[in-house]
Amino acid sequence: MTDSVAVSGSLRNRLMLTLIGGAAILALLVFFAVRNYAVQLAQEGQDNILAASATSMLDAATFRDGVVELDLPYSAFSMLSTAADDQVFYAIRQDGAFLSGYADLPFSESQMFQTDQVRGSDVRKISVSRTLIGANSRTEIQVVLAQTQDALSETLDRISRNAALLGIGFFALAAALSFWATAATIGQLGNLTTSVTRRGPQDLSPFAKPVPREMAPLVTSLNSLMGRLDQSLSQSEDFIAEAAHRVRTPLATVRSYAEATLQRVDKEENREAMRSMVKAIDESSRAAGQLLDHAMITFRADHLELEDIDFVDLVHDLVQRMTPIAEMKDLTLTLKGDARAPFSGDPVLVQNAVRNLIDNAMKYGPRESSIEIEVTAKDRPQVTVSDQGPGFPTDEIEILTARFQRGANATDTIGSGLGLTIARDVAAAHGGEVVLKNQTGGGACVTLSL
Amino acid sequence: MRYLIALILCCLAQGVWAQDWEDQRLFPGASATTSLRIISSTDTDLFAPLIETFVSGNPDVSIEYFVTGTADIDRRFREIPDAFDIAISSAMDLQLKLTNDGYALALDNVPHPDWAEWRQSLFAFTAEPAAIVINRAAFAGVPIPQSRQELIEALRARPEVFRGRIGTYDVRRSGLGYLFATQDARASETFWRLMEVMGGLDARLYCCSGDMIDDLTLGKIAVAYNVLGSYAEARAESQNVLEIVLPSDFPTTMMRTAFVSKASRQPAAAERFIRYLVSYQSNPADGVRSLPSLQESEAGSKRAAIALEPALMTFLDTLKRNKFLTEWEDALIQD
Amino acid sequence: MKFLLVEDNIDLANAIASRMRLDGHVIDHAEKLEDASAFVATGDYDLILLDINLPDGDGRSFLEHHRTTDLDTPVIILTARSQVSDRIGSLDLGADDYVTKPFDHAELEARCRAVLRRKSGNAKTTIEVGGVVFNPVAGHLTVGGEAVTMRNRELRLLELFLNAPGQIFSKNKLADRLFSYDEDVSDNAIEVYIGRLRKHLSASDLRITTLRGLGYRLDHDG
Repeated sequence: MTDSVAVSGSLRNRLMLTLIGGAAILALLVFFAVRNYAVQLAQEGQDNILAASATSMLDAATFRDGVVELDLPYSAFSMLSTAADDQVFYAIRQDGAFLSGYADLPFSESQMFQTDQVRGSDVRKISVSRTLIGANSRTEIQVVLAQTQDALSETLDRISRNAALLGIGFFALAAALSFWATAATIGQLGNLTTSVTRRGPQDLSPFAKPVPREMAPLVTSLNSLMGRLDQSLSQSEDFIAEAAHRVRTPLATVRSYAEATLQRVDKEENREAMRSMVKAIDESSRAAGQLLDHAMITFRADHLELEDIDFVDLVHDLVQRMTPIAEMKDLTLTLKGDARAPFSGDPVLVQNAVRNLIDNAMKYGPRESSIEIEVTAKDRPQVTVSDQGPGFPTDEIEILTARFQRGANATDTIGSGLGLTIARDVAAAHGGEVVLKNQTGGGACVTLSL
Repeated sequence: MRYLIALILCCLAQGVWAQDWEDQRLFPGASATTSLRIISSTDTDLFAPLIETFVSGNPDVSIEYFVTGTADIDRRFREIPDAFDIAISSAMDLQLKLTNDGYALALDNVPHPDWAEWRQSLFAFTAEPAAIVINRAAFAGVPIPQSRQELIEALRARPEVFRGRIGTYDVRRSGLGYLFATQDARASETFWRLMEVMGGLDARLYCCSGDMIDDLTLGKIAVAYNVLGSYAEARAESQNVLEIVLPSDFPTTMMRTAFVSKASRQPAAAERFIRYLVSYQSNPADGVRSLPSLQESEAGSKRAAIALEPALMTFLDTLKRNKFLTEWEDALIQD
Repeated sequence: MKFLLVEDNIDLANAIASRMRLDGHVIDHAEKLEDASAFVATGDYDLILLDINLPDGDGRSFLEHHRTTDLDTPVIILTARSQVSDRIGSLDLGADDYVTKPFDHAELEARCRAVLRRKSGNAKTTIEVGGVVFNPVAGHLTVGGEAVTMRNRELRLLELFLNAPGQIFSKNKLADRLFSYDEDVSDNAIEVYIGRLRKHLSASDLRITTLRGLGYRLDHDG
């Protein structure tokens, strides 16, 4: 589970890069679009003024008695004044013959507006003409008007600067927006991650919290994965139960037969064989039971079902249930200690743990002896089970303790070891511990605290 | 008419003989290595103090100062653009057209108001209104006219006094005269009525302000129309005799302009001179100007000078000029 | 005592039944819940041994249904499941106890006795013979009108002899019945219990005869 995930790039970086890259491209587009549009507008502006000026010049032309007069209006040039003091050139021709102005300014038949060069300066040029009709003749007046583009280029520089500012502003805004949008989008993933992390390993219920539509497929597959996981877990539980059933039922039959056979067999070697068989069956079923219990406890320990219960009541019930077995062996179970020991824990687990401790005590306690079970609630609820058996061999206490510290795998231990392991695991799940020791007067003493 | 012909001949002679100058003077620099040739329509006397100050501050530069008419400046310049380093003229239209036609060198960052320069090439450095200058003797006992309209009335009231005794520019020869006339004509129809009245009174036509003021001072003429007031004021001896009237109906104010020839062989020195010229005119070193400053025209918008703009070229158009001169002649020369 | 055994595994059921009969109980065997219902309807049982996994249903649902009509008859569940919660659930449904398969018959007997003792008290079956009044269910013994306190194994031993008067029990047979298989039992241990029992019965007309090489037998004087 803790294996590191293979990471390929960052969604955030990719998103940011895409958005900011897009913003940059858009900003450039905005810049060029605004600039081109402005250039076009400015050019149109100049063209319009040139056209107005040239038209006013043409309008001033009169044709009388075969003579062309052109009373150039003052406003024709006046309107061409610019902040940049652009130069103005013009030429007036009659039927192609130069009349006045700049003789080196050619008339263009094809293009009304032209960008051209006059005397080393770039100019915008307009060529217009008008046909004048006299009494019995007609003549064509041509006007060519040119103006340098200093003011225009100044205007364009200014517009370019503004367009650049606009582009940069747009970019900055878009970058800020994409940062925000990325954070918000990734935030949704973060929220999902948080709720996955927070819910704990046993919570396999589907996510009900609403998520953005784009994340729905992810959450859907997550939910379906959880569903399958949940199903396979409960299938495992069922499988464990079923396996137990399948193994134990025939064992029970075999054991019954063995026992019945034993009743009828008198030959000592045959009896011994039958006894060994029954013992082997008992041992294997006990080990299987404990292994399955351990598996179940490990499963439950991750997800304690805490209840407020009285430890004394719990142990009392347990002792009552175990009394028939104890009586059968002429063992006495003595329960003493405090009247009440309330605590919050998983009763099924705790009962199982204490039962294992009493089981052990009954197994090792000598015939017709007494087993003392003391429940106290001083600092924390704890139960001490003492028997009058041989006690733990000194070296075994250390081995068992060491095994606890190691958290050894359950398969390493069989019999009492596994019972103690179960008790230890349950105690640990409740934040407690199991302490083993030998009593001074003889006998083992196991304390489980929660 | 005889005067007229004589004057025409006189002016023609000046035009034909290229080396003939109204005046010509050398202002040697103390350790001159370069020499600036300035062609100007401004009388040497008016310009001398300014040039002398410049030369004393820039001893490496000598200045040759040539004086001729405004039209002549235009003609000479177009013929040989590299003959002169700087052109100074009172004919704004001709100067502007020279600049427009690419004869002027653009100077960067000359500290000068926008309205007083064009293309950073042509720099105005004076503002001088056209004035009606009157010989007080002719108006003894009668009120001195303060506007064109009053002048018309005064002339009509006493035609016997003014016949042959009115002077104005011959606009066909004087560039400045033509500028004044066209601007007047543009401003008001009064101009044409005045011209007709003057024509009816056999007005004398002059090529230059100087001559007109001379005759006025001598009493040969009683009224001079569209004379530069600055010239009249500059004549110390005429102070008592002459009355300078700035027409109250509308002013026509000319700005003297200067530019560096694009073909100049001494562009650095020429630029230095232009910078000096505009700064001197706005803030003279000795506190006394021999020429009117540019700022005077700034004071009242009413006195706004003729704008430096391409429109000045309108009346230089051949067709337009022919038409205008025809009308002018029709009005003024009545045989 | 009359027991109903509900168990689909016939081999196991036979083994349980024969063992129970040794103790003098009457056993009816049902292989299905359907049969069980029929038995319950007609007979009056002292105890029901109920398997959980049955071919026609879950023993727990039978138990649940049974408890709606009969509150008294004790029920002991036989289960092969180890699941902790299963045990609790069975008890919640009204079972009196449960035994996990495979089980020691001694344990089953002990549980049966404990349950019967709780439910039926000291009713019904008492054995009176030779000045001895014995209630095996309650574990009471009076000898000559005087109550005698006995250990569990001594009681079991007495019960064995009383259930089969005149029968010879070998040491092995006695050990098989008294001890579970995880206990090491020496011949001496049997002798100790026989000795104790003789002491308890000394005031009665009953005595335990030792038949060398064969075993022991309960005899009734007079």
